[in-house]
Amino acid sequence: MLIFDRSRPGRQAVIPAIAPEFALSDIPESLRRKKPAPLPEVSELQAVRHYTRLSQQNFSIDTHFYPLGSCTMKYNPRVCHQLASLPGFLARHPLAPVRGSQGFLACLYELQAMLQEITGMAAVSLTPMAGAQGEFAGVAMIRAYHVAQGDLTRREILIPDAAHGTNPATAIMCGFTVREIPTDQNGDVDLAALRQAVGPHTAGLMLTNPSTLGVFERHIAEIAEIVHTAGGLLYYDGANLNAILGKTRPGDMGFDVMHLNLHKTFATPHGGGGPGAGPVAANARLAPFLPVPIVGQTGGGYRWLTEADRPQSIGRLSAFMGNAGVLLRAYVYARMLGRTGMGRVADYATLNANYLQAELANAGFDPAFPQRLASHEFIITLKRQAKTLGVTAMDFAKRLLDLGFHAPTTYFPMLVPECLLIEPTETECKEELDAFVAALRQIQQEAETGPEQVKGAPYHRPVRRLDEVRAARDMDLAWRPAAS
Amino acid sequence: MPFIPHTSDDVRAMLAAIGAPTIEALFAEIPPALRVADLPALPDALNERQIARLMAERAAADPQWRCFLGAGVYEHHIPAAVWEIAGRGEFYSAYTPYQPEASQGTLQVLYEYQSMMAGLTGMAVSNASLYDGGSALAEALLMAVRANRKSKSKRILVSRTLHPYYRRAAHAIIHNQGLELVELAYDLTGGHTPEAALAPYAGQDFAALVIAQPNFFGVLEEVDALTDWAHRQNALAVAVVNPTALAILSPPGTWGVTGADIVCGDGQPLGAPLSSGGPYFGFLCCRQELVRQMPGRLVGRTVDLDGKPGFTLTLQAREQHIRRSKATSNICTNQGLMVTAATLYLALIGPQGLEQVAATCHANTRSLVEQITQIPGVSRAFDRPVFHETVLKLPRPAQAVLEGLLERGILGGFDLSSDYPELGQAMLVCATETKDEMDLCHYAKTLATVI
Repeated sequence: MLIFDRSRPGRQAVIPAIAPEFALSDIPESLRRKKPAPLPEVSELQAVRHYTRLSQQNFSIDTHFYPLGSCTMKYNPRVCHQLASLPGFLARHPLAPVRGSQGFLACLYELQAMLQEITGMAAVSLTPMAGAQGEFAGVAMIRAYHVAQGDLTRREILIPDAAHGTNPATAIMCGFTVREIPTDQNGDVDLAALRQAVGPHTAGLMLTNPSTLGVFERHIAEIAEIVHTAGGLLYYDGANLNAILGKTRPGDMGFDVMHLNLHKTFATPHGGGGPGAGPVAANARLAPFLPVPIVGQTGGGYRWLTEADRPQSIGRLSAFMGNAGVLLRAYVYARMLGRTGMGRVADYATLNANYLQAELANAGFDPAFPQRLASHEFIITLKRQAKTLGVTAMDFAKRLLDLGFHAPTTYFPMLVPECLLIEPTETECKEELDAFVAALRQIQQEAETGPEQVKGAPYHRPVRRLDEVRAARDMDLAWRPAAS
Repeated sequence: MPFIPHTSDDVRAMLAAIGAPTIEALFAEIPPALRVADLPALPDALNERQIARLMAERAAADPQWRCFLGAGVYEHHIPAAVWEIAGRGEFYSAYTPYQPEASQGTLQVLYEYQSMMAGLTGMAVSNASLYDGGSALAEALLMAVRANRKSKSKRILVSRTLHPYYRRAAHAIIHNQGLELVELAYDLTGGHTPEAALAPYAGQDFAALVIAQPNFFGVLEEVDALTDWAHRQNALAVAVVNPTALAILSPPGTWGVTGADIVCGDGQPLGAPLSSGGPYFGFLCCRQELVRQMPGRLVGRTVDLDGKPGFTLTLQAREQHIRRSKATSNICTNQGLMVTAATLYLALIGPQGLEQVAATCHANTRSLVEQITQIPGVSRAFDRPVFHETVLKLPRPAQAVLEGLLERGILGGFDLSSDYPELGQAMLVCATETKDEMDLCHYAKTLATVI
């Protein structure tokens, strides 16, 4: 039932203010709204109950194991939420003068410094509001760099075929063309193909490391040399930074610019699809092009660095200061991990992934790259099950929902047929991983003895499989009041 | 170990299952030359008590001024239930609803949000949100260029009365694809964009005209005439609106003869605290015919295998994870939790509540302006009607006046001198429903003292 179905004319919940009669007398009738907005009229209790019940139809980290590969669904500490929600932070207007914002700016300044150290980069801008916007910033900086060099011929971005879809979409948004680089059978970038692809038209390469195949790109030093020698720059997609936190740094690998997903690596919530935060970090060569504002320190105080301080900046990507509240959450988390805690994240994320991969192999499942160590995530392929039993990766995923586990990422990366990309994260305990293995074993058994059972799943969720063709064809995208 | 559950017995058993001697051995594929042993510039870890104390000190270090500053971000009362419910772990710690059977809560909230925004703006379709108002405008303009089949142009007309930060953000994002913003002059008496400002561009090819209602000065534009002008020129009409204002101002879907084509703006007034600039959310609505050019997530209502109604992400063929380099945008994560809060906000205050909020803000600003224009040398800069915010001319430089107010605990407004030097000594002032008559009197008295 929709909130609109609970609505009754004249019912009200919260009335924040009552306006005087004359309030709108100076606004001409021609500019006024003629009919009231079609919003629901419900009581406070009705609204609270409606949305509480809706929340209970969700799987979430707080309620379920959520091993969604490449999304790093780790525990979002309550303390980060509580401290970022202190009234002093929530009540601060974005245009408030810096002399009354030193507490807030100190947090951002220190977060910038910590992210510099973690990434091995020279400077950080915190403004991008999601990973994809961080990518945009980084690739726009590559473009601005070449333009500043007077080199207008570098119009192509190289992207491995295993990359996230955001990479090619970002390159296009930045006005580049895209060339895909194939992957070899061990999951590494095909170096021969890369050598052939680079040239005076190469603006840069976008790379995730560990790649979306869940393995570390071992030839990264060679890749960096090939691209740099050709005059191109290297972009690091920080989606998988959780795997290498405190172990190795993109700056040391030869990357020139990168983004971080604070909603992955730094435990800020995913919120049902945002808000995230995608700070961008750059080495000395690209630092002048970082988006503004950046927090600077002069004398005893902090202040915003703007276009006037950084004339080569690619400019502003948000009207104000990005997702400031998300940055505060990440700051709290980073301070709680501290100097020794970063590497520990990678340690246990990697331990959990390799353990889960070993146990699933033990249970008869096929890792996509059995010859490789897993990073913080790994892939199993259900090609065999699809062929012999007619039960697909999607069927396994849907049946997992019945058994109380969120499904791993399905059918991505596209290079591996019938794949599940599984990322347990460091915050899951061994018992949870064992229970997940047991669930997949059970589904395998069901697939062997009664595949129809698996193909019809889920049965125990609020809805069964949805008619997505009908959704796209009928396009019911909004409720409308009857007969209006 | 904070947030890590492993006991030493667990670690031993897990390594044995893997067949690895140590955790360190699991990193053997990283070339040794690239390894770091330590991150010496990082501070030592703080425990929960220590970080709580540090953050409390930091938050308390920033004074809580009485806020009469708007300029695109507005202090509104947020009903207690909004964040009590939006902050539930099931909303807070879920991800993008890729598995609809395990995400009906988030999906239905997004569908209800889309419905509310479509209703408020008078448009057929709303997406499930973008990042913020500035970046939403950028996406709206990229969309307009894709969607306008009658125009070959990548040029867009935009009045200088549009928020200067929106113009900057939009430029930074769209110029990479060759789009160009062409700025229109505004009327110095009215503070609006008259048709006369458009006349020099008649007959030229533009993809779109941007129309802000209210504009950055709070002034109401002649939206019907501007919309019709755009359509006569084969340009799309792109509206930038304040969602609170839509409770009392004509919705863009009804502007002119056929209505605006694309509507965007910042959803901050709907339940998001000021929070130093974010997170807020951008909204984007459009006519039905343009839906396939829309960026971002869209939720549709459909049925399941048993014919039961349910919700799912739809039209994903527009998006980066399917279309890659041919996607409408690179956007992936949007601002789901802020949209959850906005949906709760709108459900809790309802149509009359939103109207009362809008009208009270407006009445407060009127009352404030009446009081402070009694001060010699203070006057309204423009003579046209406004909504809940207005430009005042001052007898002294705005910066000095605002500093004086700050010293007395008042965040008094926005200094227009750097973005609009032609206005001279001027500031932008706003009083929302969070102020009562005493606050307004106090501001007026203090301003008189400062001046």
